[in-house]
Amino acid sequence: MEQTKKSSAERLYKAFIYVALITLAITILIPVAWVFMASIKENSEFYGNPWAMPAGFYFQNFIDAWGKARMGEYMMNSVMVTALALLILLVVALPAAYVLSRFEFKGRKFLNAAFMGGLFINVNYIVVPIFLMLVDGDKFLKGIFEKGFLLNNVFVLAVVYAATALPFTIYLLSGYFSTLAHDYEEAAYIDGAGYGTTMVKIIFPMAQPSIITVILFNFLSFWNEYIIAMTLLSDPKGGKTLPVGLMQLTQAQQSAAQYGQLYAGLVLVMLPTLILYICVQKKLTQGMTLGGLKG
Amino acid sequence: MKKRSGRNGFIFLCAAPAVILFTVFMIIPTINVFRMSLFKRSAYSTTEDFVGLENFTRLMSDANFIRSMQNTILLIVVVTIVTFAFALVFAAILTREKIKGQNFFRIIFYIPNILSVVVISAIFSAIYDTNNGTLNSLLSLFSGETVAILWKGENMVMPSLIIAMVWQAIGYYMVMYMASMASIPQSLYESAGLDGAGRITQFFQITLPLIWTNIRTTLTFFIISTINMAFLFVKAMTSGGPNGASEVALSYMYKQAYTNSSYGYGMAIGALVFIFSFGLSALVNAVTKREPLEF
Repeated sequence: MEQTKKSSAERLYKAFIYVALITLAITILIPVAWVFMASIKENSEFYGNPWAMPAGFYFQNFIDAWGKARMGEYMMNSVMVTALALLILLVVALPAAYVLSRFEFKGRKFLNAAFMGGLFINVNYIVVPIFLMLVDGDKFLKGIFEKGFLLNNVFVLAVVYAATALPFTIYLLSGYFSTLAHDYEEAAYIDGAGYGTTMVKIIFPMAQPSIITVILFNFLSFWNEYIIAMTLLSDPKGGKTLPVGLMQLTQAQQSAAQYGQLYAGLVLVMLPTLILYICVQKKLTQGMTLGGLKG
Repeated sequence: MKKRSGRNGFIFLCAAPAVILFTVFMIIPTINVFRMSLFKRSAYSTTEDFVGLENFTRLMSDANFIRSMQNTILLIVVVTIVTFAFALVFAAILTREKIKGQNFFRIIFYIPNILSVVVISAIFSAIYDTNNGTLNSLLSLFSGETVAILWKGENMVMPSLIIAMVWQAIGYYMVMYMASMASIPQSLYESAGLDGAGRITQFFQITLPLIWTNIRTTLTFFIISTINMAFLFVKAMTSGGPNGASEVALSYMYKQAYTNSSYGYGMAIGALVFIFSFGLSALVNAVTKREPLEF
């Protein structure tokens, strides 16, 4: 008697768990799936039942979003900014993390502490001073070249992204570098390799797993970022990144309802991150336990 | 001697680019936030007038600012509690119980974290839409009459924001806690089970105390990040409206700096929120201090 009572309570508990888990999964999956579904609907279909299946595959939405709403151009900008920022970040952060974690020198403790402190500085606090600094810089350049080029410049945006990602990246890479044995370098030095060769040929290849983690996390944050992008690429007619363009589309949608275009734009922003996520989800969820924190 | 100088040169070459970028784009702007808060600087003029603490005294009597701080605190408290409660409970369930499709749930729950806040805001704007939104249509379906709740109206806008923010954050923290809970030895639960401790007792007596250090660290970072995420969501979803009902501290700062071109005033807000977030983190850190337990 006791036994059956317990097992039925057990079953009830199990059922409850599954219901809770499935409910949460549904609340996440449905909105995302709904966007994909809405992106192939014709504009007239949005005034009916929002749950209705699309009548057909209306690809024109994507063509409009890509061309008329300039999402294609913004996509190219986003790809360029993200790739450039990742490149700059790796070139700058890898050697810095290496010497900061494996060499004894004067001021090392101070530099490590400074970069650690940088983890607490959020970019959104400092976006205004960065903007004003670039405004002043442009004014200065105008005096010399008759033209400023610091604002509305994707390269400068990429540099700012890379710079603000340095504390987290150096923290993560240093953590890995400091676990390696010093024998590797000593062996390389005995073989006559210089400091630079040893670092590039011996140490960096070993750090590949954490380099991949760094690339993944920063790709997501650069690709999705929009406050800095919106501020530094402020020319209304100039280039934008994808999230900023999308935000503009959302605001425009309130006056002239172009639902189809909007959802097609949403798909364009989401798709690269979703595809990447599906490919590397194991790495990403493992990598985060290694990073442990995020701004 | 030769090798020695080569070594120093190498260290310098490796560290210098990172230090320069970090100084120019993070340290100097951070100092500037505090410096500028004592000045008056408007629009595109480079002249600054020293006004001392006037910006701060004006803030104390600015009803809009006080409202934005209240909203920020509300978001910090509610979003933190709800997110942590859900994340901890779901993480405990997924690590402790034998659940079919455990991996599947983990993959799904992490999805919101890889989406841009702009995308999430657009999705939730579509859900909250008064006339064509999925939420109202769903409620109409269940209640049998037409529901037209203004989810982004003055009364409901904060709860709507909270839901979107919790939706975004749960997965990340869940995956993180799952990783730390997985390292708790199974034998502890087995012996507790033999002593007659139920699941809930086990959760509070074993799981929580053993990952307490992790919870503390994440809590501190979560508070800082919520101040920041609140800004991202508000900027993309409501622009602080209607009538400033959803304004948060950083969005008000941004508005003052750009829309209103009062950079000094904006930076006073930035400086205050900066100090506030550190103070709060320190407070939480002190309050949650416990003797660390070992397995």
